Amino acid sequence: MPVVRSAEPVDLPAITALDARLTGEAKAAYWQSMLERYAGGPPDRHFLVAESDRGALAGFIVGEVRAWEFGQPAAGWVFAIQVDPKLRLKGTGSALFEALVARFKAQGVTRVRTLVDRRDNLILSFFRAQGMVAGPSLQLDMELA
Amino acid sequence: MKLQTATRLGLYATLELAREPDRMLSAADLAERFGVSAHHLAKVLRTLATAGLVRAERGAAGGYRFVANRRRTTLMDIVALFEPAPGQRASEPGEGTDVGRALQRVLSEIDEIAEATLRSISLETMLKSRR
Repeated sequence: MPVVRSAEPVDLPAITALDARLTGEAKAAYWQSMLERYAGGPPDRHFLVAESDRGALAGFIVGEVRAWEFGQPAAGWVFAIQVDPKLRLKGTGSALFEALVARFKAQGVTRVRTLVDRRDNLILSFFRAQGMVAGPSLQLDMELA
Repeated sequence: MKLQTATRLGLYATLELAREPDRMLSAADLAERFGVSAHHLAKVLRTLATAGLVRAERGAAGGYRFVANRRRTTLMDIVALFEPAPGQRASEPGEGTDVGRALQRVLSEIDEIAEATLRSISLETMLKSRR
């Protein structure tokens, strides 16, 4: 099982590199601001990383407890999760998810929530395997001409 | 969502067999369990066997056994064996009209969400959550 700990500023290059490798887009400024906002910030914000046996970055997860977003009572939101493809199916994603959920529970929330692209079967299956089901909201979009 | 009887039986049979992959159950055993016709179920089991999800074993203790990968088989894999693919569905009268097309867009949206849901749930996830 990987070691899960809170992210630190020193993790920024590895987080940016892993995300760039997986999404094909380097977003250094975005991840820097995410780290500033979520790592070591208010106690309801969480940025966790998983380390492989060799101490390298195996994955990360970002989440926050938010109340009354879209009219819903407090829930723990999962904003991002990424796992090194070489280390998938070894429990890294589950360990990150469980660590974040434990923090949400400690804050007294009883619900975890996320938003997933419905064509992204990999991540959708992952959250389903964690026990997540369709929530009370329907996400709607409109093209702006 | 309305599933055809064969689809529902296919899901029942696959999930029941996948619960204990070492266990062998006959079409009659499964039919009794779900209160359906053994004849109908036998046909469904042949489709599942052709798809490589279950295997028929002969002999006195013969029957069907689950032989696929529970983590890699999704509910959609089974549904797709029995339900017509979206593009192969026969068109309904009135679909070519303005209101027919508008209604079809809404129905397609629902189908797309249903398909994404079925594709995201593996047999493993399904069997874990019913415990």
